[in-house]
Amino acid sequence: MEYKIQDAEIDSLLQQLLEKYGYDFTSYSRASLKRRVNRLYALDKFNSFEAFRDHVMEDAVYFRRFVEEITVNVTEMFRDPSFYKVIREEVLPILATQPFIRIWHAGCSTGEEVYSMAIMLQEANLLHKSLLYATDLNPGVLDKLRKGIFPLRYMKQYSENYIQSGGKQDFSQYYTAKYDWAKFDERLSARMVVAPHNLVSDHSFNEFHLILCRNVLIYFDRPLQDRALTLFDESLDMLGFLALGGKENLKYSSIFRKYRQLENRERIWRKIS
Amino acid sequence: MNRQYKMIVIGGSAGSLQVILRLMPELRVPVPVTMVIVLHRKPSSDETLIDLLTSRTANPVREVEEKDPILPGYIYIVPADYHLLIESDQTFSLDVSEKVNYSRPSIDITFESAAEVYGPALLGILLSGANADGQEGMKAIKAAGGVCVVQDPDTAEVSYMPLQALSHVEIDKVMHAEELAAFINSLIG
Repeated sequence: MEYKIQDAEIDSLLQQLLEKYGYDFTSYSRASLKRRVNRLYALDKFNSFEAFRDHVMEDAVYFRRFVEEITVNVTEMFRDPSFYKVIREEVLPILATQPFIRIWHAGCSTGEEVYSMAIMLQEANLLHKSLLYATDLNPGVLDKLRKGIFPLRYMKQYSENYIQSGGKQDFSQYYTAKYDWAKFDERLSARMVVAPHNLVSDHSFNEFHLILCRNVLIYFDRPLQDRALTLFDESLDMLGFLALGGKENLKYSSIFRKYRQLENRERIWRKIS
Repeated sequence: MNRQYKMIVIGGSAGSLQVILRLMPELRVPVPVTMVIVLHRKPSSDETLIDLLTSRTANPVREVEEKDPILPGYIYIVPADYHLLIESDQTFSLDVSEKVNYSRPSIDITFESAAEVYGPALLGILLSGANADGQEGMKAIKAAGGVCVVQDPDTAEVSYMPLQALSHVEIDKVMHAEELAAFINSLIG
C-alpha cells in the first residue's frame, strides 16, 4: 500500500507554507484537505514526504500547482438548475430596481457560475448596469475565467442545465465553438471584474447586492466559516442576498439572526437587519 | 466476538436500494450503532430517498449537511453529488471534488475516511453494484482493524461490486441480504 502522509506531517507542512508563502490552510476541513494532499502526492509520484515538502517549499511554480490541486476546482454552468431558477425568478426582479447592480462570486474557480449569472442578467436586460466581481485564491483559475473558454464536450450538459433553470433562448448563441472548445461571448466577460482574493486572510473590498459563495465553505472549519460569513455580512447591502451551496447553512453562524431564508428549498438568505 | 462498534458504513450501487429498503423496517430502535449509507444514484433523487427510508423505520434518518455532528442511533444518507468524509472530531465533511470510480458520492472515499477515524470500531458492508467502487475502501477498513461484510454475490442483483471486494480483500463475512438486519441488531454499540 502506498504511503499516506500523517497528520503531524500535514500540520508542519501547512505551518511552513503559511510562513513562506502567506497562504493559510490550517483552518481547512482536515479530512478533505488531507485527502487532497495525499492525492497530489500520489499523482506526482513522490517517493517520500520530505521530497514532497522540499519541492513545495523551494519551487514557487510547484507551490502554485499545489494550491490549485489541493483546493477543489470542480464547477459547472448553472450548477443546481433549481437554484438558478430562483435567482432568475425571485432575486433578479428585486435587483432590477437598483440603478446599478454589484454581484460578488467569492471562490468562483474557473468561473462557469459567473458566466451563468452574466447570461441571466443579459436575458433580464440587466447586464449593462451590472458588475460581476469574480474572486478566487488561485491566480491560475482566474486566468481561465478571463479567457471564457470551456471544453465543448460539457455544452450539452450546460445547455440542459440552462433550460432547467428557466432559460428560453438557444444556449449555443452565447459561445463560439472552435475545435474542442467553446469561447463565450466577450459581452459577458466585459462586465466581470476578476481579482485574487483569499477568504482566509483578505478583507471586505466593496458593497454588494448579491454575494454567491457556493461549495466553498464546506472546505472550512467552523471558525473560518464564521470569518468568511462575517466578511460577506460586512460586504452586503441591507436587503441584499447571500447564496450558499446546496448543503451549506447559516444556522450555526453568528450572523444568522440578521438574515431570513427565502421561502423555498434553495440556500438563499436576505439581509434584514 | 464482543467487539464494540462506533459506526457501520454501507455502500452500494445498482441493485442495492432494494436491500436497504428491506433492511429498514427490520432494524431495532434505536439502532445500536451510527449508520452511514453511501448509495450511487442520480443527483436529483435526494428527497425521495430520504422519504422512502423514513417511512420504513422509526430510527431518525438524515441526509448529511456539512459539519453535522455524528450522533448515535441515527441513519445518515450521503447526499447525491457530494463525497462524504469523517473528521476526527466526530463531524461530517462534504466535498464536491472530482468523481472517484465515476462516482460522487464515492464509497471508497467515505470508507477510507471512516476507517482512519474509527479503526477497529468500524464495520463496512458492501452490497450489490456494477462498479468497483468500495474495494479500496474495504481494504482500508481491513487494514485499520475493522470488520468487512459483503452481500453474497449469488444473491446480489448485480454481483460485480461484492465480487471485486471478495477477490481483493480478506472479507470477514459473506451474507444474504435477509441476514443483514439480524446481524446489525446483534452488534454492540
